[in-house]
Amino acid sequence: MSKVVHKFTRNVPHWQPRVTPVVLAEASQEQLDALQVTPSNTKVSEYVLVLAHDPETLKVRSPLFNAIMYDPGGMSRAERELGAIGASIVNRCVYCAAVHADRHAKLERDTDVTDKIFMSGADADLSPRNKAILNFAIKLSQCPSEASDADMTMLREAGLDDNEILDLILSAALFGWANRLMHVLGDPVRKEAAA
Amino acid sequence: MSADFFGMTTLAASGVTEADPTGAAALHRTKVLEMTQAAEDAVLAPSGAGAWSADIRAALATRIATLNGETALAERYAARIGDDSAAALADPANDGSAQNMSAAVAFMDKVAARTRDVKAEDIETLKAAGIDDADIVRLAELNAFLAYQIRLVAGLKLMRGAA
Repeated sequence: MSKVVHKFTRNVPHWQPRVTPVVLAEASQEQLDALQVTPSNTKVSEYVLVLAHDPETLKVRSPLFNAIMYDPGGMSRAERELGAIGASIVNRCVYCAAVHADRHAKLERDTDVTDKIFMSGADADLSPRNKAILNFAIKLSQCPSEASDADMTMLREAGLDDNEILDLILSAALFGWANRLMHVLGDPVRKEAAA
Repeated sequence: MSADFFGMTTLAASGVTEADPTGAAALHRTKVLEMTQAAEDAVLAPSGAGAWSADIRAALATRIATLNGETALAERYAARIGDDSAAALADPANDGSAQNMSAAVAFMDKVAARTRDVKAEDIETLKAAGIDDADIVRLAELNAFLAYQIRLVAGLKLMRGAA
């Protein structure tokens, strides 16, 4: 049995698809290319196998995702995770929030920031810089965006330069994308041990 | 860098040019912005389109950009709709029943605007309407990409001080 997880947590749940994933043994060459399956790398998550139903998008999405979250320069990796967390809170994507809060905690060797965000959301008592970043990510993630000139000023006053601000916009926007796949196409579940 | 870097949809719809400081930040992330254009091409006009033609995709993109108040982006996508019957889907007031697409349209609006409220039942409704798994994933990817691009445009406009 498995139970759907509704509360934010850093303990990453299992992701259970709502549609049937592509069966690797039956995948087309185009799907295998998009999945980047090689003889030495045959372990593919169910999530990626679901996305393999649209191989043209998957093929460009993975390198774009990695570039936004990991390319050097600009805003720090931990702060990009805050952008991801802000979006995931707005969209209530428990799975994405867990993965990226866990990464943030590991990068910063600190659980305090993400504990406070899960407890208080946009009102979390954070450093001025973290608060400006989280505030912007949360407002940009609304539909339509609620981010304003005042929120942009808050980022600049907290010391972010243009390259860092662009990285924040990219990471928060990227999770507008990721949340609409993870939260829409599957459920975060906790597997319960068989009695 | 591509020859028409600042002509790519996201930068053009944001009004970012080489001359302004936001343009310099964009040039710092050339690879990311070029891959963003490649992703747009893959969701708007894929060679394996499934049930959703390029006209339907452009109409749904116009609809979602309009729901988000991103007029310049909506106009760019509207210009790509070649088929009049698909064009009606671009209007957020149209529920898609005349195009026999009410389930897909309701799903797209909810995923775009009320993401947090999407439940397993919403996927079951699509399946009950005869939409297969691959076409469900295609709809979600189109919607998800647009969510990204729309927020990127909104953020770039704020950076420029032009929001």
